[in-house]
Amino acid sequence: MATAISVKNIGKQYKIGAAETKFRYNMLRDVIVDTFTAPVRIAKAMIGKSDRRMNQNYVWALKDVSFDLEEGKVLGIVGRNGAGKSTLLKILSRVTEPTTGTVTVRGRVGSLLEVGTGFHPELSGRENIYMNGAILGMKRSEIDSKFDEIVDFSEVNQFIDTPVKRYSSGMYLRLAFAVAAHLEPEILVVDEVLAVGDAEFQKKCLGKMNDVAQQGRTVLFVSHNMSAILRLTQEAIVLNKGQMIMRGNTQEAVDYYLSSGQSQAGEKIWDAEDLPVASAEFTPISLKVKDRSGKVVDTIRSTEPVTLEFEYQLNSSITGLRVGLYISTMRGEYIFTSFDTDDAALYENFDTRSAGRYVSRAEIPADIFNEGRYMVGVNASSFGVKRYFMDENALAFSVDISGAPGTQWGEPRVGPIRPRLNWKIEKLD
Amino acid sequence: MTELKKHEPTTVYIKPTKGLSSLNLRDLWVYRELVFFMVWRDIKVKYKQTLLGMAWAVIQPVMTMLVFTFLFDRVAKLPTEGIPYPIFAFTALLPWGLFVTALNQGSRSLVAHNNMVTKIYFPRLILPMSSVFAGLVDFAIAFVILVGLMFYYQFVPAWNLIWTLPLFLLLAIITALGVALWLSAINVQYRDVNQALPFLTQFWLFATPVAYSASVISEQWQILYSLNPMAGVVNGFRWALLGTGNGPDITLWVSVGISILIFISGLFYFRSMEKTFADTI
Repeated sequence: MATAISVKNIGKQYKIGAAETKFRYNMLRDVIVDTFTAPVRIAKAMIGKSDRRMNQNYVWALKDVSFDLEEGKVLGIVGRNGAGKSTLLKILSRVTEPTTGTVTVRGRVGSLLEVGTGFHPELSGRENIYMNGAILGMKRSEIDSKFDEIVDFSEVNQFIDTPVKRYSSGMYLRLAFAVAAHLEPEILVVDEVLAVGDAEFQKKCLGKMNDVAQQGRTVLFVSHNMSAILRLTQEAIVLNKGQMIMRGNTQEAVDYYLSSGQSQAGEKIWDAEDLPVASAEFTPISLKVKDRSGKVVDTIRSTEPVTLEFEYQLNSSITGLRVGLYISTMRGEYIFTSFDTDDAALYENFDTRSAGRYVSRAEIPADIFNEGRYMVGVNASSFGVKRYFMDENALAFSVDISGAPGTQWGEPRVGPIRPRLNWKIEKLD
Repeated sequence: MTELKKHEPTTVYIKPTKGLSSLNLRDLWVYRELVFFMVWRDIKVKYKQTLLGMAWAVIQPVMTMLVFTFLFDRVAKLPTEGIPYPIFAFTALLPWGLFVTALNQGSRSLVAHNNMVTKIYFPRLILPMSSVFAGLVDFAIAFVILVGLMFYYQFVPAWNLIWTLPLFLLLAIITALGVALWLSAINVQYRDVNQALPFLTQFWLFATPVAYSASVISEQWQILYSLNPMAGVVNGFRWALLGTGNGPDITLWVSVGISILIFISGLFYFRSMEKTFADTI
């Protein structure tokens, strides 16, 4: 098998604080001021009082990433926001240039970074198909030959000569995806497109992606949807803070990703610098999984109750605050959600929480979880008013089922929960 | 679904480019159809949802010509070397209109299409290029009006010189494209260009012999004056169509030189900034 993509020591450096300094650096005036103050700055640097701006202005969005991908393989890319996934895809699709390293790509790269790029609202569906096709690098003859297929796929046949500004958003997306999906490049780069459209259309898109993969095309697939990653890819890489921290079969990579970034000891401690600005009023401190004896553990026994402890700081008083826990499987399916003010009495007593340090503690009774690994997400919000903080993948823990109902057979049981039900067996005659 | 064609795929090497990057004209050729589609789209969309539609392409230059005729012919009584003033002004408004469109549309082209620039790869040169080419349609319409004006005034054009007109049109395109390359690339980083454009357009109009004849400039300033490449273009148009002026002399060659200099330097500047467009836009 030939190599379709060969990535060698790719790095991408960005100026940081782009949003913050946008005003500053986008004005010629500042550049002129900068030019005049440059000699002073250089002089300072020379006598050792170097301006810290010079060193701190850059950040590596991607650093030393290397991997090869064989033709016809489907590779998943997972990582948190800001891990460098999009930067990697942008480099591979030649939207932006790497700062260091080289990439060798064999074949045409079709990117679905965002469908519908170049669509013009005043043009009809037909015109936009040609326009968009040309932008994606298709030849006119190529579009001609696929035109009917594209229209059929998009299901907008009767509106094909209507300006797309009259389309519903669903129709618009279907048409846009249809063009991109028929590009038939040797290498397809997909970023979260499956989040579009209704369930029916999503199924169609997944089918299309399967077709693409089966025709021997190479696919790079980025998604936050772990079940889509698991379904569509056999292999995945995990990016963290711009570096590739793991490559392996998808199941392993997804497990690793979901539990990475957290210590293995069953607790998550938030660094102040990692927090979004929006959480200024609410600062999370730690989330802990504790067993019956109060010890912080990574693995709990399903036959024992487990306590989840979320500690946080309120920097000003908040009315109507509720702190919630979301428990989900590693595939991203929710098992249950619970809030600390679910109980009517607590709801009354903690209507307003004054500034200070708090802990919200929940005990999950025994005999709930099946064997496996689970994810705890936390959320702090005032219902209908504001969300102060949210981390969907705060912490993972494992469940050991020794002694749980039905373990005498030793076969795995399907389903994320394993309740101890009150069975009765009666003989009726 | 058609089968994947079994041709040997082309290999692309992606690496940081240093210094003056190659112009990569091969890619421009591969994407030539996109230029066509962009121009076609610009024209198609330009007069959508307007009451008067394509008539605007006629109204705009004609109104300018009427205002000029009133101000500079009736009131200021500027010399026109014996040419009816409307024809005299309109001949200059042809290349000037092309230039202004290029200046305004071309300079904003990258920023206006920032969703394309940040999402997909294509030679970025296509954006300012197609803005300039789209202006050619308005040019053609205005040209028909000029022919009409000549009939109306029973003016006989300079038949012996008219074959040089395409060369001056080419000069106009090169100048317009050169300026558009510079300004569009600067505009990606410094939106000051947007603010400066109306003023720049106005200033440039006064520095170009559109409303008046270049012969009003005294002899010793002619070379300095021709540093404005549009002066050469406008004079050339008048010479080729109306037979006024001296024809190609040193001032024209200065204009041509400046024009080519702007174009070539614009190309290289654009190419060297191109790699950061997606990051800074």
